[in-house]
Amino acid sequence: MFRLEVRTSTPAWFNLVLPLLAIAATLILCSGLIALAGANVFESYGVMFTASLGDSYAITETLVRAAPMIFTGLAVAVAFRAKFWNIGAEGQLLAGAVASCFVGAIPMPGPLAMLLMAVAGAAAGAAVALVPATLRVRFKVDDVVSSLLLNSVIYYALMALIEGPWKDSFSGYPISPPIEDSANFPVLIEGTRLHLGVVAALIAAPLIWFLIVRTTLGFRIRVTGENPEAARYGGIHVERVLISTALLSGALAGLAGVGEVGGVHFQVMSDISPGYGYSGIVVAMLARLNPLGVVPAAIFLAAVMTGAEAMSRATGVPAFLSDVIQGTALLAMLVALLFTAYRIRRVGAIR
Amino acid sequence: MPAPLIEMRGITKSFGAVKANEAVDLSVAPGEILGLLGENGAGKTTLMNVLFGAYAPDAGEILIQGRSVRIASSADALAAGIGMVHQHFHLAPRLTVLENLLIGMSGKSGRIDRAGGLARLAEIGRQHGLTLDPNLPVSALSVGEQQRLEIVKALFRGAKLLILDEPTAVLAPSEVDGLFSALRSMAAQGLGIIFISHKLNEVRALTHRCTVLRHGRVAGRVDDPANTTSAAMAQLMCGHEIVPPARGPSTPGGAVLILDGISTSKHSGTALRDISLAVHAGEILGIAGVSGNGQRALAEVISGVRTPDAGRMTIAGQTVSRFSPREVQALGLGRIPEDRMTTGLVTNLPLADSMVLPRIGTSTFSARGLLKPDAIRAFAEEQIKAYDIRCPGPMTRAGALSGGNLQKALLARELAFDPKVLIVSQPTRGLDIGAARFIHEKFLDMRAKGCGIIVIGEDLEELLVLCDRIAVMYEGRIAGTLDSADATIARLGLLMTGAEAHG
Ligand SMILES: Nc1ncnc2c1ncn2[C@@H]1O[C@H](COP(=O)(O)OP(=O)(O)OP(=O)(O)O)[C@@H](O)[C@H]1O
Ligand SMILES: [Mg+2]
Repeated sequence: MFRLEVRTSTPAWFNLVLPLLAIAATLILCSGLIALAGANVFESYGVMFTASLGDSYAITETLVRAAPMIFTGLAVAVAFRAKFWNIGAEGQLLAGAVASCFVGAIPMPGPLAMLLMAVAGAAAGAAVALVPATLRVRFKVDDVVSSLLLNSVIYYALMALIEGPWKDSFSGYPISPPIEDSANFPVLIEGTRLHLGVVAALIAAPLIWFLIVRTTLGFRIRVTGENPEAARYGGIHVERVLISTALLSGALAGLAGVGEVGGVHFQVMSDISPGYGYSGIVVAMLARLNPLGVVPAAIFLAAVMTGAEAMSRATGVPAFLSDVIQGTALLAMLVALLFTAYRIRRVGAIR
Repeated sequence: MPAPLIEMRGITKSFGAVKANEAVDLSVAPGEILGLLGENGAGKTTLMNVLFGAYAPDAGEILIQGRSVRIASSADALAAGIGMVHQHFHLAPRLTVLENLLIGMSGKSGRIDRAGGLARLAEIGRQHGLTLDPNLPVSALSVGEQQRLEIVKALFRGAKLLILDEPTAVLAPSEVDGLFSALRSMAAQGLGIIFISHKLNEVRALTHRCTVLRHGRVAGRVDDPANTTSAAMAQLMCGHEIVPPARGPSTPGGAVLILDGISTSKHSGTALRDISLAVHAGEILGIAGVSGNGQRALAEVISGVRTPDAGRMTIAGQTVSRFSPREVQALGLGRIPEDRMTTGLVTNLPLADSMVLPRIGTSTFSARGLLKPDAIRAFAEEQIKAYDIRCPGPMTRAGALSGGNLQKALLARELAFDPKVLIVSQPTRGLDIGAARFIHEKFLDMRAKGCGIIVIGEDLEELLVLCDRIAVMYEGRIAGTLDSADATIARLGLLMTGAEAHG
């Protein structure tokens, strides 16, 4: 017989071991599906690995995919720290993409264009996140529901835009006009797609970590998230903290969209994000809401995504496996988180 | 002595390096009320959790009516006839009283016997005076009623032994009498009861026998509590004598806190009606009253979280204009709340964070938006040392501290900045007499330094020991203010019922 006992403290090495355990459990659980699809489990995972992390080109491709998830992962981690349940990173990303595409299409010097794209994208994402935050602070509307539903609103607004005014009149495809060439983010390694936005994402993570751990705003975010009443009595303006958190979170998610427009697609289309906003939730949870952990977590999910496509080509296992792995990883992590609050004890040793 | 109903033998339980219980023996006979005493952290709750199956002991055995049993879960405990009323209740707030009683009571058929439940509830109510409206949702019950429901729940499941962990800490003095008569009536029917309390006069009035724990071990037993002095019991608990602090004469200075005609709307709880009072430097003013007569609203207004509809408040000569916690703190108000875990500390974060929370924006702990982690840590370490807060260090989760240590942490945090006014609610609730004594001493020190202190409390004896003047609240008004030299429990009690206010 086993049972759960409440822990009084969590050892630090848990932060490392738990996500690894969750990932291991995920791969084991998903191997059943691969076997069901008639492929060899080891071969399939092998293909996934080499295609995503096997050589330097593969690694750059994985990093390019990881970049938007680093941003959305940071967005979610910051929000969840304050217990602002932002499930809307997807919509905020799309808003950021549209805004930066709009700015990027205006002719101007390249560096200025890139800067303005980032500003516009961040502002658009922040504006979208402001909606659920305001609804919650003012009218106690559940932020999970409002931020989630807003994703659909933004998505269909984007569709209306690219099916309507932005539609490519020449080809008739529902895609926006491209941004100016000068606004394309510079590629850092010749022959790859590794663009400036990836570096920005890698720099953003330690910056956000610093903000959470070392600034008064970060302190207020943490305290508000853990105990809003104590925060209020302690002189913290809880509503203001929630709004600030939402703005920051939305801006980060918006930057994910900026990177996709400026560094990868150079325009906006309906599938500009294969759910990077939702993946950000998985990333943040795997990282245990630690901004530094967001980077490896995002790289893991990116590797699964790129790897799954290659595996699908090589072994015939449907690429949807990537989504299953993501979902399973989230569940496994949620289960693993139980062990931070509880320990398992064997009972029956009494004699 | 009749054969014991329950016997615990040689129970040992450690949490890491902490030996919470060590070779503890304890027994309860049918019809007996056993007091379980000990300082904060002596291991009372742990021992009872072992008995109730929440923790597996590292060593030792439990016997029920002479037979060794293994209690691996609370379900086992309930099946063995052991019921427990925890310090924090375990009720479903949206369900009704009856539904809460019937949770987990469906028979093998899976059917729920509402009619039978109603009949049992009525019967228990008649027998022990534990009446409850079966159709009220739990969220509508007072704390005392919720506790009653927990007791009835245990009886419903056929408890032969009832454990009550500090049941009176949450009750108003008037509710305590009702609880005691119910407990006596249950004992008269052969139930065994284990009663935990830090209030020795209650223990002397109620229990037949006591077991005293100290540092996890049995320090001694008291066979005749009614005829044992509180001082002797305290000595057993602490290992040394506890002398009540002496309140010397005070020389109050000018008023440091003035409330002038403060009224609030009945937004939640009792509204305040035209409250005017003044606290002077070097004075301790008590606010007595049956709980629910506006004390909470008063504390909220003074703490700056509630803006009154009318009236003026002045702290150290400055009029409070916007009523925010930050403003009143900046004017020199310190606050020690009654609910340490909810409005005081942040249980899931390191203790150091809670200790600097109200002053995080000041230049001591931050500059230009950046924290000063070394200063924060040093401050916490310093206070931990100065107040002898028992914990592994400033980075310990605040929630892992015992009640007495949490209270010391709050006290340290507020007193470190020499407040001009201190507002305190139920300062020693749940604390052992040694810790309570320490807290009282600190208040008297602050008073000597010229701080004006308001103590909101229900324990009249405590107020009489501590306060220079005592104001009594009744229905949101100050019913009267007595000099504590002229105040007696009887006169205060009369004011608390509103008698003089109407007469
Ligand atoms: N789950 C736990 N993990 C680690 N230590 C614990 C745990 N529960 C209790 N302790 C420690 O065991 C000791 C005994 O605690 P316990 O809660 O039993 O004391 P108590 O006598 O009930 O005190 P109080 O009067 O404050 O309620 C304390 O040192 C406490 O810090
Ligand atoms: Mg206890």
